[in-house]
Amino acid sequence: MRTINTGDTAWVLASAALVLFMTPGLALFYGGLVRAKNVLGVMMQCFFCIGAVTVIWVMFGYSLAFGHDAGGGLIGDLGLAGMTNAHHAVPGFPHLTIPPLAFGIFQMMFAIITAALIAGGGADRMKFTGFALFIIVWTVLVYLPIAHWVFSPEGWLARRGVIDFAGGTVVEINSGFSALGLALVLGRRRGWPREAMVPHSVPLGLVGVGILWFGWFGFNAGSAGAANGVATQAFLNTQVAAAAGLLGWLAVEKATTRFATTVGAGSGAIAGMVAITPCAGFVGTMPSFLIGALAGALCAGAVKLKFRWRYDDSLDVLGVHGVGGVIGTVLLGVFATTSVNAAGANGLASGGGWHLLGEQVLATVVCAAFACGMTALVAKVVDKAVGLRVSPDDENLGLDESQHAENAYATASTSGHR
Amino acid sequence: MKLVTAVIKPHMLDAVREALQEVGVAGMTVSEVQGFGRQRGHTEVYRGAEYTIDFVPKLKIEFLTEDGSVGKGVDAVLAAARTGAIGDGKVWVTPVEEVVRIRTGERGADAV
Repeated sequence: MRTINTGDTAWVLASAALVLFMTPGLALFYGGLVRAKNVLGVMMQCFFCIGAVTVIWVMFGYSLAFGHDAGGGLIGDLGLAGMTNAHHAVPGFPHLTIPPLAFGIFQMMFAIITAALIAGGGADRMKFTGFALFIIVWTVLVYLPIAHWVFSPEGWLARRGVIDFAGGTVVEINSGFSALGLALVLGRRRGWPREAMVPHSVPLGLVGVGILWFGWFGFNAGSAGAANGVATQAFLNTQVAAAAGLLGWLAVEKATTRFATTVGAGSGAIAGMVAITPCAGFVGTMPSFLIGALAGALCAGAVKLKFRWRYDDSLDVLGVHGVGGVIGTVLLGVFATTSVNAAGANGLASGGGWHLLGEQVLATVVCAAFACGMTALVAKVVDKAVGLRVSPDDENLGLDESQHAENAYATASTSGHR
Repeated sequence: MKLVTAVIKPHMLDAVREALQEVGVAGMTVSEVQGFGRQRGHTEVYRGAEYTIDFVPKLKIEFLTEDGSVGKGVDAVLAAARTGAIGDGKVWVTPVEEVVRIRTGERGADAV
């Protein structure tokens, strides 16, 4: 008989709330980085994901991701649909000390934020109805399969021995390469990169970074599924990698542009946390520092590639989440150690040989290719069906007014000044 | 009646306001504006990409004055807003046909 531990349950439920809070945080981060005419457009896309993905998850999404495998480790069955039978057990997790529903709730928040992250790749130019349909189909055809492959012990990548503590593949590589696929199908923003499209409110964006940072403790430490030593190590690793990422990004930025910027500090902290996400409960403190610093430094360079290759990943989802996710997922094959987490594995540096590293590279390549390709296909089909992109006039006007009939910043004449 | 318009560096506003009040200017209107002259634009850096921002933020001050006091007002702006560096801005004077205080209907010098 399964024993429910109240401390574990309390921590995972609190963590679920922390992870949900990341999506409004992301909305602020993205909102600050876009121009003033598109703030509400991108924030709405984030909030819409909370609505749409929650419904999908409860109806059948949780079941397709975490239900008993329906064949080949590719997708779950419908046994947990409607969450009706979801309180009995989570298939493949016999040792949970929390109610299975708590697990399902916690994982729901991951599906929400991953969908919201993609909005950054198509910022400033997506029709709201196009985005809405896109993100619904994307969640079903891209997120749920990858979540099953890696997060469900019955998924084909998990069965091969791939490990991913909190979503280096499922969340980070997935969102990064999906954003690339979406950006390629959408095309560049009008005038990009000739016109300067710079953040309209860096302070707003930094508030968002703070909320993301805060929520990430639930994201990573909550992924232990218990309030225990692994959760504590994951908590510490998250903070260490965020700090190292912040410093790494600033160092590269200062050396290459002469300036250390606040957007760089925030982006570096996020890059560090992205990279430590798959590793958080599987590696020690010192490797976390290295992984975070590398992610900060390399992502600071990766965000410039879009100018060379001319793909308009507007808010650098690929450059930060995609590249950071690859760094963390691959380096986990080097630094993973069972001395931190007996349920994990040993990587190259821990005497485990090349096997884990090989599996991590395989998972990286497969998830990146599937996310990018399948997302591009979904985007093409949705474009044909309802149209993905706003008209040139609407793009010039901005999403706030053209898509939502709202204005983020009312002028004096409408806001009651004396 | 004259309208004096000055475009200045934003951080010189307090000095210019003080100088104008000292010479008897009774009120003014200040707007945040952007533009460029010989100073041209400046560079901003976001995520490693350098952007040339053509327009520099400035403040535009406007005040009304009687014909005889124009010189004092212009001189006060010149003295207070000058740093000697490029981008200090400009002052210009335009004739005004009529001024009316909305509340009382007073016209001309009484309305200033």
